[in-house]
Amino acid sequence: MSEFDWKRRHFMSAAAAAAGVVLAPGVTLYGIAAKAREADVPVTSETRWGLLIDVNRCSDGCDACVSACNEENGIEGHGRPATDAQWIRKVQLRDPRTGIEKHFPVMCQHCAEPPCVDVCPTGASFKRADGIVLVDKHICIGCRYCMMACPYKARSFIHENVSEQRPYAPRGKGTVESCTMCVHRVDAGAVPACVEACGERGNGAMLFGDLNDPDSEISQRIATYATRRIRADLGVDPGVWYQNL
Amino acid sequence: MRALVLLFVLLVVPAAAGAQEGRASGPVIPKGKGTQCVAETDYMRRFHMIELTHQRDETVHRGIRTERYSLKECVECHASVGTDGTPISINAPGQFCASCHDYAAVTIDCFQCHASKPDGSDQAGLARSLAVAAGMETVR
Amino acid sequence: MATPIKFREIEGWGPGYLALLAGLGLLVLSGLAAAWFMEHNGHYVTGMNNQIVWGMPHVFAVFLIVAASGALNVASIASVFGKTPYKPLSRLSGLLALTLLAGGLAVLVLDLGRPDRLIVAMTTYNFKSVFAWNIYLYTGFFAVVAVYLWVQMERRMNRYTTVAGWVAFLWRLVLTTGTGSIFGFLVAREAYDAAVMGPLFIAMSFSFGLAIFLLVLMLTYGGTGRPLGDRILKRMGTLLAVFVAAVLYFTAVQHLTNLYAAEHIGVERFILLEGGVYTSLFWWGQVVLGGLVPLALLLLPRFAGSRASIALASILVVLGGLVQVYVIIIGGQAYPLVLFPGMEVASSFMDGEAATYLPSLYEIGLGVSGIAMALLMVALAVKVLPFLPASLADAAIDPHHTRTATTEPAAAGA
Repeated sequence: MSEFDWKRRHFMSAAAAAAGVVLAPGVTLYGIAAKAREADVPVTSETRWGLLIDVNRCSDGCDACVSACNEENGIEGHGRPATDAQWIRKVQLRDPRTGIEKHFPVMCQHCAEPPCVDVCPTGASFKRADGIVLVDKHICIGCRYCMMACPYKARSFIHENVSEQRPYAPRGKGTVESCTMCVHRVDAGAVPACVEACGERGNGAMLFGDLNDPDSEISQRIATYATRRIRADLGVDPGVWYQNL
Repeated sequence: MRALVLLFVLLVVPAAAGAQEGRASGPVIPKGKGTQCVAETDYMRRFHMIELTHQRDETVHRGIRTERYSLKECVECHASVGTDGTPISINAPGQFCASCHDYAAVTIDCFQCHASKPDGSDQAGLARSLAVAAGMETVR
Repeated sequence: MATPIKFREIEGWGPGYLALLAGLGLLVLSGLAAAWFMEHNGHYVTGMNNQIVWGMPHVFAVFLIVAASGALNVASIASVFGKTPYKPLSRLSGLLALTLLAGGLAVLVLDLGRPDRLIVAMTTYNFKSVFAWNIYLYTGFFAVVAVYLWVQMERRMNRYTTVAGWVAFLWRLVLTTGTGSIFGFLVAREAYDAAVMGPLFIAMSFSFGLAIFLLVLMLTYGGTGRPLGDRILKRMGTLLAVFVAAVLYFTAVQHLTNLYAAEHIGVERFILLEGGVYTSLFWWGQVVLGGLVPLALLLLPRFAGSRASIALASILVVLGGLVQVYVIIIGGQAYPLVLFPGMEVASSFMDGEAATYLPSLYEIGLGVSGIAMALLMVALAVKVLPFLPASLADAAIDPHHTRTATTEPAAAGA
């Protein structure tokens, strides 16, 4: 079957995709060719994806990142806050001595040394070569040990039946899930949905980029401004950085 | 000995009956889009699960997103559209996956997590996001 | 040497035995039904949630797994430490170790989000995971104890009993350390992250395992009308007191170490003072009922040695043990993770709040079924194989009994 021309059937879907591109007004896709990986090339550790969140720009009451995440990944609550999944949440921080309040999003911190990956008995919890921490739901047995181990409370267990999933974001009852850094978008060369929404509807507080590339905007900003990471003392080397926290 | 004979009868007779019945009717499988699947039909019937499992690991762990054996693409081509124009779940009774799997009595759990209907709406959205990422369009 | 001990299967199908089987069977079935219900609907029907991710099933499972390795101690005392009077008890000890572990693992597995993927858990490993090590430790324990039982029960293999006993003893120490390390290795959870969890769990296993052993022994010998001597019971009662004291000691070490470190004051205040139900359970359930009262029952001359006080002390140790595991597992999760030390935190995901947990009937049913499974297996096993000595009367098991029994007080811990 080496000579088999399976691409014949692709005429239809390729045409549809092209139409989608044209739909975006006045836009073509050449620009990202340099950045987007070919579909058949595996990810490598040359890249390490990360986020930088400017806490001063993030405001109370804005939940653009949270709603975009839910919309993008098809996360629907059942009105049960204790068991509903939350990949990203807005945290309110108050210094009891000064009364100063800060608001910012917290999600999976995509650690370089993730405790969730260490403890997972089957290897379902894993770190991709480019630093994105994921759950392989095909081999997740739902033991929740990763949730016990995560220092950031970043993971949710799917407590109920799920239907109407997004085709690119599979999720189902009985497995653990967390922020995927919108891996399907990143693989296509786009930024995570939260970052995009923060820029479009929020306050432009979030920046996505390659931490391994010294010339990337994120690396430049981390090199220029004072930043910190949550519980950096644990030595897990998170991939999410906070400015003005 | 009697127990053995009984066991034989219980196991073999219904199987034989089923086989005969099967030859007569067989599953009715809805036709997919286009003229040809990604490999020859005989190959796909026999080995689709192996290809899907292989592709699944490649995609999840190594970020390889080729379309040939992607489950998303299976759904894209093989899910039917109802009379009212809305897509039908590929796993619904009588639909592409279910018709054969019900017939062979093999459970599939793909669609406990994966979408069983194509979703056309993401294409335009993602294309725009790509453009934003490329700096072709500015973020407001 | 005394005449060799005669082991006999228990005989007859009396109404009491049948009722026991039926009762245990019913508990097992209701546990399975509860598990099915939880899997079918998803875990939202339980009290568990994204804050308390491990609940009642884990309390029972950890308790049973810990008790399993402890139940083997009686056999170890005979084979490893050479105490002859314990020798007739070795078979039951090994049997209980197997069945308690099986019951505990069944509960653990039935609570998984995807129990249908058990085969994945057995074929796909991440060797850095303490859980994965434990899968090997548990299956290995089954094999080691099965061999240990076999060399005891097969006369031609008897001479290997000491070797098998040593292997089993060392294995169980590693196993319990592994179980404790499931919690001890969790760097982010303040209530756990400590090396003392390993030794603490070993002390707990000694105590819970012996208490269960004593109860099962008294029940089977009472139920079958076989003689059971006072002296051996008294010896084990004293031993239980030592183990209970050891648990209290390691508990004190665990909390005192934490209290010394300023960063852990919060979690200690929560468990010891302000945690509401967890504080009450800790002081009243674990320390008083599960620790001090059994010690008094076992050691004060007024009670010591009577069967009733040994039985009551064992029951209290078991209940106090369940409470202790509850405080460790649930209490440890109820105290919020500290992401921002020194700050007040709030969010839609319950950051900074103590989590609430109300166990559902399903979880409790599943947990209890684990105990029922273990006991049902014991009840069936002693029927088909000679696990129990025909007599455990003092004269039958201790050759020196007639000379010393009346003068020498019960020997303190082996």
